[in-house]
Amino acid sequence: MIKNDGKFVVSVEKSKFGKLREDKIFSKEKIIRGFFALSSAMALIFVALIFIFLFREGLNAFRQINFSDFFTGNRDTISGGVQKVSEWYPTSETPRYSLIPLLLGSLVTSIPAIIIATLFGVSAGIYLSEIAGKRSKEILKPAIELFASIPTVVLGFIMLVIGADLVSGVFNPANRLNSFVASLGLSLVIIPVIASLTEEALRSVPDELRQASYGLGATKWETITRVLLPAASGGVTASIMLGFGRAMGETMIVLMASGNAGNITTNIFKSVRTMTATIAAEMGEVSQGSEHYYALFFIGCVLFLFTFIINLIAEVILQKQSRRNKEL
Amino acid sequence: MKKGDRDRWLKRESDLPGFLFVNVVRMLFLLLMALLILILGKLIYEGAGVISWQFLTSAPSNSMLSGGVGPAIFGTVIVAFLMILMAVPLGVAAAIYLSEYSESNLYSRVIRTSVNNLAGVPSVVLGLFGLGFFVLFVGKNIDMVLNTGLLFGKPAILWAAATLAVLVLPIIIITTVEALQAVPKSHRDASYALGASHWETIKYVVLPQAKSGILTGVILAVSRGIGETAPILFLGCAFFLPNLPVTDFNLFGYAVPIVNPADQFMSLSYHVFVLGTQSVNPGEALPLQYGSALVLIGLTVLLNIGAIVLRYKFRKGVGKS
Repeated sequence: MIKNDGKFVVSVEKSKFGKLREDKIFSKEKIIRGFFALSSAMALIFVALIFIFLFREGLNAFRQINFSDFFTGNRDTISGGVQKVSEWYPTSETPRYSLIPLLLGSLVTSIPAIIIATLFGVSAGIYLSEIAGKRSKEILKPAIELFASIPTVVLGFIMLVIGADLVSGVFNPANRLNSFVASLGLSLVIIPVIASLTEEALRSVPDELRQASYGLGATKWETITRVLLPAASGGVTASIMLGFGRAMGETMIVLMASGNAGNITTNIFKSVRTMTATIAAEMGEVSQGSEHYYALFFIGCVLFLFTFIINLIAEVILQKQSRRNKEL
Repeated sequence: MKKGDRDRWLKRESDLPGFLFVNVVRMLFLLLMALLILILGKLIYEGAGVISWQFLTSAPSNSMLSGGVGPAIFGTVIVAFLMILMAVPLGVAAAIYLSEYSESNLYSRVIRTSVNNLAGVPSVVLGLFGLGFFVLFVGKNIDMVLNTGLLFGKPAILWAAATLAVLVLPIIIITTVEALQAVPKSHRDASYALGASHWETIKYVVLPQAKSGILTGVILAVSRGIGETAPILFLGCAFFLPNLPVTDFNLFGYAVPIVNPADQFMSLSYHVFVLGTQSVNPGEALPLQYGSALVLIGLTVLLNIGAIVLRYKFRKGVGKS
């Protein structure tokens, strides 16, 4: 259609076409965007599902077991009486479900592990971020990553066949497999976690702070301990917390190396039984819907809540830290 | 730090604590390296002797005191394959949203927090979740709807793979987001300026460049997945199976052997655990234990070296094409 003003007509038709194309593209783009948004929601959905399905089974435990039984249970004595004890002994005729030995076991293995790993991990992080040259960094970082990639079942096996003998030789422990053997294995898992997160935290400290500190005549050591570490304290704390969460949740190493005896002890050279190892060892053998089955799910709930809270706090600390870095 | 900087500081006598710290840390690093080499060396020294084609392909025999790890490798590979099939599309799509679409609003903050939280869930708890959700809820309901008796409502390859997929999902999301973010903004702007839509830009400009970065994440996920033991303990992982989890599928009259995802399986990681802790004769089984552990650690270490090399190349190459 050519009218007097050809230019006008053409431009109208063009814009009409353009609008059509835009509409089509727009709706297609919207669908694609929706698909991706839904996919990303799956992360949240899975966390929610874990919550729901753990607690759905775990809270069933309270139908058959009293809340107080998770602390102390009744044990029949030889004389026919009843004695209150804190024991995890679900296969007994009068089953006892005290979580205290398990909780203590988890702590007794995790705390030495986190102490060792903090010493090694934080200093490794400082070294990587502030001291190592480019070349040594290019070797050390992949090496740490390789360390982190060793399957925990292999580490457990190594602690079982080599580590336990070494510890026996040096410390002469009460039990050959004890919580200290497990702690050593655990620390190998969490050193890489702490090292890489500490490095990241230090690296994100603005360079102006370093320059200012050197400008004032501080040595490197003074700069690290009095300027950088305080400035990155949030990130370092978060890394230690996340490492602790990993240690409490780690299963295979403690299952293979801690001895799995439910002692109530703070002696790190005695066998202990952790929450994770209990679930792993007993879940395969219980009948579904039994008291014992629900009690194991309840342990799972406790573990999940524990790590969930630790992760959440670490996340908040990290976010605060990054905001502070931006302000600086 | 710059090289001159470091040298000057190392020579400064007044910085004694710094000097001590550096050398102590260097010694710690050497100690850790020595430990890594010791562990690998011991495994190779004790395990290399038993590794042969025979060991890698044959089934365990004589109550696990002789024979090989063939079925365990088979099971591990199948589960890892199914896991990747489920986790990669979901993880990459989620990462595309986080990197390319979401603004930093409440929704994306919540998603990021969930990804981090998912990464922190203890693996044994994920195993419980797999049992409670995939097996007893999803599987049982599929059985009820399809009326298949007890086919899906029991621990099996499929559910082990699904649970491991949830476990590695955060790894894939985090590495993919990193890979996508590494593509320079100028490339996206150039694409928009040429009239490409948002999706066209992602498809033709961003994803091709991020490809090897994403592959790095996939390899890391496989390595993590095959090393995990705790989540599959009660999801169909078997001590010993006389047959591979394969059934004949009737295709136009021909019997085609396919992997049965509703079957139980043997897994390399579980095999290492079982050999190490539940052997009828630990002393006699020791070479086999070392051999199996060596195969497993060899697989994960090789995968990780591959990932490290690939990422190194990706970081050098991205934004230059």
